[in-house]
Amino acid sequence: MKKISSILFCFLIGASPLWAQDVQMADTMRQEGKIYVVVAIVLVILLGLIAFLLFTDRKISRLEKKLNK
Amino acid sequence: MPDGDHTNPPYLRPEMKKTWWKIACVALLIYTAVGGLLLEVPRLNIVNETIRALYFHVPMWFGMVFLFLMSTIYAIRYLRQPSIEADIYSTAYAHVGLVFGVLGIITGMIWANYTWGSPWHGDPKQNAAAIALLIYFAYFILRGSVSNDEQRAKLSAVYNIFAFVAMIPLLFIIPRMTSSMHPGNGGNPGFNTYDLDSRMRLVFYPAVTGWVLLGWWIATLRIRLQLIEEKIYDLEDEKNK
Repeated sequence: MKKISSILFCFLIGASPLWAQDVQMADTMRQEGKIYVVVAIVLVILLGLIAFLLFTDRKISRLEKKLNK
Repeated sequence: MPDGDHTNPPYLRPEMKKTWWKIACVALLIYTAVGGLLLEVPRLNIVNETIRALYFHVPMWFGMVFLFLMSTIYAIRYLRQPSIEADIYSTAYAHVGLVFGVLGIITGMIWANYTWGSPWHGDPKQNAAAIALLIYFAYFILRGSVSNDEQRAKLSAVYNIFAFVAMIPLLFIIPRMTSSMHPGNGGNPGFNTYDLDSRMRLVFYPAVTGWVLLGWWIATLRIRLQLIEEKIYDLEDEKNK
């Protein structure tokens, strides 16, 4: 009985958020605010590509108008 | 964007030129980039922070399946009522779908390298995805090898349906019958497992919607370009008559 309860205890500890805190994450990077550098870079690339897509879209619209005249 | 039917070439579906869903796409993708990097994720061993790749890697596959589905729908439409437009739609969707699939494979390899130990781990889902992509590569080889327009359209429409039907079990059934390291596979399908808790859903679903819309947007641009090309050919033919 004691053995079973100790195994159960181990499972409970294993699943608890207490244990999860030991998992290494990029906490220091977040505390230093450097994560915002990554966010800024990703956003610039994303917005740049979307802007390019938008210009292409408008160019195609102009072509469509021209052809239908 | 002012649009009226007089500005549209024939058979251009009007929703393609609407602006609202493009704005939604951009907003969702911005939210995905910011929320995906900043919001809380479960603290898990091995994957650690790389769990955030879920917001970018998995939507590629959602996008691919959506685009291939659209491609198949237009392939069926072509076979029911042959038209150049249906062929153009079908091909464009398959093209962009393939791009999404290749991006999915590459991002998956990068992720696998850090979490599974090697870029190609022989995981059933990884292998099946590669086979599915090869089947779609063959679609374009088939198209390239037929010079007659009508024959090319008809043959590739038939093959397209085959390719989609082959892809479904490859991606969604076979990996679940064996043990796959992909979450939600190997006997526990669905998203209710530890890998996707409610915090991640908050970003994951918008991410999928945003990336799918982006794929659709790119596909519509290709379709519109092809329709313009077709129109130019028609005008040239008229001139030569």
